[in-house]
Amino acid sequence: MYSEKIFKEFRHPKNIGEIKNPDGVGKVGNPVCGDVMHIYIKVGKNKKGEEIIKNVRFRTFGCIVAIANSSLLTKMVKGKSLKDAEKITKKDLIKGLGKMPPIKYHCSILALDALRKAIQDYKNKKGKAVK
Amino acid sequence: MKRRIYLDHAATTPLDKRVLKEMEPFFSERLGNAGSLHSFGQEAREAVEKAREDIAKAINAGQEEIYFTSGGTESDNIALQGVMKANREKGKGLVTSAFEHHAVLHTAQHLEKKGFDVNFLPVTKEGFVELSEVEKALHKETVLVSIMHANNEIGTVQPVKEIGEMCRERGVLFHSDAVQTVGKEKIDVQKMGIDLLSASAHKFYGPKGVGFLYKRAGVKAEPIAFGGGHEKGLRSGTENTPGIVGMASALKLAVKEMAEDNARERKLRNKLIDGCLEIKDGWLNGAREPRLACNAALGFDFVEGESMVLMLSDKGIAASTGSACSTKSLEPSHVLRAIGLPHVKCHGSLRFTLGRNTSAKDIDYVLQELPKIVQRLRKISPLGGK
Ligand SMILES: Cc1ncc(COP(=O)(O)O)c(C=O)c1O
Ligand code: FES
Repeated sequence: MYSEKIFKEFRHPKNIGEIKNPDGVGKVGNPVCGDVMHIYIKVGKNKKGEEIIKNVRFRTFGCIVAIANSSLLTKMVKGKSLKDAEKITKKDLIKGLGKMPPIKYHCSILALDALRKAIQDYKNKKGKAVK
Repeated sequence: MKRRIYLDHAATTPLDKRVLKEMEPFFSERLGNAGSLHSFGQEAREAVEKAREDIAKAINAGQEEIYFTSGGTESDNIALQGVMKANREKGKGLVTSAFEHHAVLHTAQHLEKKGFDVNFLPVTKEGFVELSEVEKALHKETVLVSIMHANNEIGTVQPVKEIGEMCRERGVLFHSDAVQTVGKEKIDVQKMGIDLLSASAHKFYGPKGVGFLYKRAGVKAEPIAFGGGHEKGLRSGTENTPGIVGMASALKLAVKEMAEDNARERKLRNKLIDGCLEIKDGWLNGAREPRLACNAALGFDFVEGESMVLMLSDKGIAASTGSACSTKSLEPSHVLRAIGLPHVKCHGSLRFTLGRNTSAKDIDYVLQELPKIVQRLRKISPLGGK
């Protein structure tokens, strides 16, 4: 039903939890399956002066694939620039996890939505601070 | 080898070794087609008819009222489709409940699409169909009422006798999907006023892919598949001799050992339920009784069933989120929705169903591992207080 990668990621998830005083938070849910995902980010700068995701954590109430996705995505974006993190697609995640029933593709979208919302939240806050 | 504990007996049961022994000769030695005239065929026919007699006795039916099928799904289909199509001149009304197995539910929905008038009755929070609801739904054109004997997910046993008596009084046919109760609860089709009843061998330690339909003599039903006219034209296809022999043998054993098995399972089951209710924010789905002795349908807030099932499986424990089919759909179980459980709670459901070989040690092991799993998943979950 699911690939070994999904099982492995589910059994040993990374980056679980919350971040105190996060720079951005993304909270999403899927009304059909009822799953809920929260992603927290802390933003910093790299040597080139680009904004990067210095730390990222998640909490997920959901199926095995949703938890596996949360873990994989947070691992993928940690240390990446915001620009690059925003470029990650559903395809990248699905490729990273391997075989799953198509009915489960939306679990990857859920994770990406949560991340994008967290980044947007950060940008909104920054915009306000500048004003 | 790693310890493995099977607690999913509502999905299917292991074939009893004693049953296997009875079946074995019919795979190759006693190979005859029960439809053949020669001695091989006659031998097979004899075995099939002996099985029919044993099965009829077990539910207090007549031998000529038992029809062999491929299992519960086919029996349900013949009962619903066959009876509704054959009784069109009386009317188009079918009454069933919202929490039937998909074999009944989807068949009823299909009939509705084909122009029949179907009523899906609500069920109570406790997991029961109410007699008054059935009564309200009956009308002049009602042909058939179909209410399951025990629910496969939450195990609650329905007031089938009362419903049967009322249907009889009102001149309406009554079918009961007894797939979860045949061999586990006492069944007497006369006393219970049942006109049609579905059963499946693999739920009572018999082989998979064989079942039967009881159809009271005189009840009109059309076949749903056509062929050589076996089973008095109601169900064509060469008789599954080893399966049928196995089913009869399994049912005889199950009936004989029913009281003992149930008493043991109920005691262990109660211990399991009580232990699980000690986990914070854990609950039992449906009333505790009347419920199948084997069934513990639980739920835990803030965690999701599929994750629990996999983590239990990693510990060698086989459980289920509800019905075996729910892995294919995102929608929460229609049974849990029917008993009014909110969406988010449906996702936290976990079903254990005990069996003949379940021991007290097995239950202790589950009660040792499950709280840790729930706790681990709650750490991942954004819901609930941390
Ligand atoms: C209540 C109920 N009805 C029908 C069925 C279908 O039976 P079978 O698997 O023999 O087709 C099942 C078992 O899955 C069941 O639990
Ligand atoms: S099933 Fe909806 S997130 Fe996985």
